[in-house]
Amino acid sequence: MSSVMTERTDAIIIGAGHNGLVCAAYLARAGLNVLCLESADSAGGMSAPRTIGDNYHFPGLAHVAYPIAPAIRRDLRLEQFGYESGKAIDTVALDANGKHLTIGTNSVSGDGLPESDKKAYPKFREQYLAFAKALRPLFENKPPRLKDMEFADKTTLVKLGWNIRLGLGRETMYEFLRVAAINIYDVLNEVFENDRLKGAIAVDAVMGSAMGPRTPGTVLTWLQRLQGELNGPMSLQSGGRSQLVHALTQSAEDAGATFRFNAPVDRILIENGKAFGVELSTGEMLKARLVISNADPRSTFTKLVGAPMLDAMFANRVTQIRGAGVVAKLHLALSGKPAFSGLPEPQMGDRLLIAPSMNYIERAFNHSKYDEYSEHLVLDIAIPSLHNNALAPEGHHVMSVNVAFVPYSLEGGWQEQKATLAYKVISQLGQYSPDLKSLVIDHELLTPQDIEEQFRAVQGHWHHGELSIHQSFMMRPLHGAAQYDTPIEKLFLCGAGNHPGGGLTGLPGRNAAKRVLKLGGAK
Amino acid sequence: MNIDREHFRQALQRTPFHDRFVALSTTEEWMAWNTYKVPRVVDKLSTEYFAVRSGCAVMDLTPMEKYRITGKGAREFLDRLVTRDISRLRPGRVTYVAWCNDEGKVIDDGTLFQLGERDYRLCSQHHQLDWLLMSSMGFDVHVEVETHEVAALAVQGPTSYSVLAIAGINELEQLKPFDIAEVRCGDIPVTVSRTGYTGDLGYELWAEPAHALQLWDAIFGVQGRYDIHAMGLSALEMVRIEAGFIMPGFDFNTAESTVRDGYDRSPYEVGLGWVVNLDKGHFTGRKSLLAERSRPARRRLKKIVVDGNKPVGETFIFDGKNGKQIGEIKCATWSPILKANLALADIEYIDGRLPSQLWVRIDYQRELKWLSTWAECQVQSKPFYNPEHRSATPPARY
Repeated sequence: MSSVMTERTDAIIIGAGHNGLVCAAYLARAGLNVLCLESADSAGGMSAPRTIGDNYHFPGLAHVAYPIAPAIRRDLRLEQFGYESGKAIDTVALDANGKHLTIGTNSVSGDGLPESDKKAYPKFREQYLAFAKALRPLFENKPPRLKDMEFADKTTLVKLGWNIRLGLGRETMYEFLRVAAINIYDVLNEVFENDRLKGAIAVDAVMGSAMGPRTPGTVLTWLQRLQGELNGPMSLQSGGRSQLVHALTQSAEDAGATFRFNAPVDRILIENGKAFGVELSTGEMLKARLVISNADPRSTFTKLVGAPMLDAMFANRVTQIRGAGVVAKLHLALSGKPAFSGLPEPQMGDRLLIAPSMNYIERAFNHSKYDEYSEHLVLDIAIPSLHNNALAPEGHHVMSVNVAFVPYSLEGGWQEQKATLAYKVISQLGQYSPDLKSLVIDHELLTPQDIEEQFRAVQGHWHHGELSIHQSFMMRPLHGAAQYDTPIEKLFLCGAGNHPGGGLTGLPGRNAAKRVLKLGGAK
Repeated sequence: MNIDREHFRQALQRTPFHDRFVALSTTEEWMAWNTYKVPRVVDKLSTEYFAVRSGCAVMDLTPMEKYRITGKGAREFLDRLVTRDISRLRPGRVTYVAWCNDEGKVIDDGTLFQLGERDYRLCSQHHQLDWLLMSSMGFDVHVEVETHEVAALAVQGPTSYSVLAIAGINELEQLKPFDIAEVRCGDIPVTVSRTGYTGDLGYELWAEPAHALQLWDAIFGVQGRYDIHAMGLSALEMVRIEAGFIMPGFDFNTAESTVRDGYDRSPYEVGLGWVVNLDKGHFTGRKSLLAERSRPARRRLKKIVVDGNKPVGETFIFDGKNGKQIGEIKCATWSPILKANLALADIEYIDGRLPSQLWVRIDYQRELKWLSTWAECQVQSKPFYNPEHRSATPPARY
């Protein structure tokens, strides 16, 4: 890269994860000269594909996703660059005795499921999707400031108020206000009887967070997840997710953004309270008019900026951001197609859950609080090779397992205990799929510490910080930097650590780009 | 650890000089200062006041909060902490500093002593350990409280130089204001700084608590017409107002103890704009202070002289006789040496400017009968009292 070129850079984006890509594409489309720097050798961050051995390919950390928001799809012309939302899948709540439940978007079925649950399910879904829709203005815009409001903040709040009061109607609004800050455990117990059904829904409210079903605010985390469903049904990532990354990269490049891979940023250059570029780990300095960090907020402020460049209280608040990762990822290379007792073959391509009850999940969560993991883990399983046979050699398969409630710091350290966890997960899977163990020919386990190291996300948190109420909206990632701009002039944030949070939504990236352009980033 | 099981019976700690004050106290007027028992008045207020202005007053400084700041990053840490550019501070020198929170509101002020290459002492009015530790994140620095490990005496007044010389501290002739010297008083090592809170010639002495009484006795053993008196905090309050020195927590609410919005004060608002350097690089509060600079002034703490001789207290300020309330007096004293009513007043500005007239209503008693009168106030920009002998080097010998 010639220095002549870097001198003309308008915006450097640190990190080519999907939010960085969305932000890059928006800014490039607005006419900015964008340079995106990525420490890994390809784009995608946590959603970049991974390979073990030579021939076993995995979709990355997130193995399921919802379609990207229509606004992003339209603005960045993603379809033109090959993006399609994947094939809709159901969730299967596995049962050791083969009485599995199939949970779809509008119906639920399975052996032993009471009629009342079958009837309640579609109504329940409809109600919560309506709640999620009411919150939409909050998610698609920068979080409103409550003090010194801008016009845009007032618009967001008016839209939100309108949606909640008039969109929902009076009765529904009361129900929304009742449940918005409580826990998913109480809500599901009010509506359903079947334990596995409740467990399966509760998983979506707590997966990725250090929260159990009884943790306050888990209705809100579920509503955040349902934001994705407003865009369309869940699909398995089997190259489809890579397609999102691919389409975003193409869209950004088409608009003139450039990329540099294997280019880890060590430091953001700041003079007189103003960011003016970055220093790479090689010592190379790159200058730009704006710097936008897709790294998590804690890394951005404590490592890339450094506490000495910040005010003392702000720097201290950064260290108080909560977000120790609690999900490990196990990738298995299999020599054949696994079978699950009692599960018809077509359903093996769905998302499979081991979370037989809400108490089971709560107990698994409890262990993670004490730097240990449960002997009975919550598992979220996908077999992407059933959707795309290019992911493994012929006849072979790949299985991806999210292992929930695995602590970031394990008592006794991870070094010696990684193999034990992998063995335990495989054994637990064996209770549902007896032949699985004999099929495993290779594996990769990513503990939260591995995720931290490999994806440069502090404490290996999926969402770059807990999605708890005190870290949401105008408090995400923290007071003083919750509108994508930071105390450092010309330095912005665009990652999952910002409003509205994690998941493959692209919304933080889009909101950040809009903010950058609004605050004088435009040419 | 040896814990005194009876410690709870003693609500306030005794400084290493306490026994000497007890011996001299005729008033038994004690008060609390940072958990220590110190005299408000030892014998007679006027004697103690005039000792500062024409003799030599000795005051116990031990309760003042003292922090030792050391380490490779000590200078950078302090630079980010305080609003002042301290890049020209050298070992053996002291400077006056203030520090702010993120919102650019004053947390405290104090004196910063550079004792060695990477060795500093910060003295402050209020406890600052939590703030210093919070500010230390990201710096290679060690912060330690040494309030209780250092016995400190203020020796202030025109004859203080001579008194110390006769007491055996001879190396102070060339010591300029804000200089530090390592000396001996007899066989005890003493650190002397030419600093003080009185606006007069004066020194502050820093020694080990075990040597405190020996140091005291050396000073009070000086014979002759030097007018040496132990002094309490009441006299200090008079002389510091004459010198125009502010007292955080009394003249304005300190930032980290303020609950109500708008009740804290920026350095500009309390007359400390001269210790703020917005060009020196980042420090806590810089961004907020930059923003404040671009707005018209809303209020200022001003030195005022109240006409007449009726004693003025902490009262409201009006923009005319029976006019609108536009401020309040935060501290006031009758100045015996200037024969004037002096005060520091927090005044609301109008369109960024000082109101053209300032008035106070003084309620006073005559033989227990309440009377009331109006007095106009004159704003002063310089210290009320700033004698030449305060900064003369070498100081006059008596």
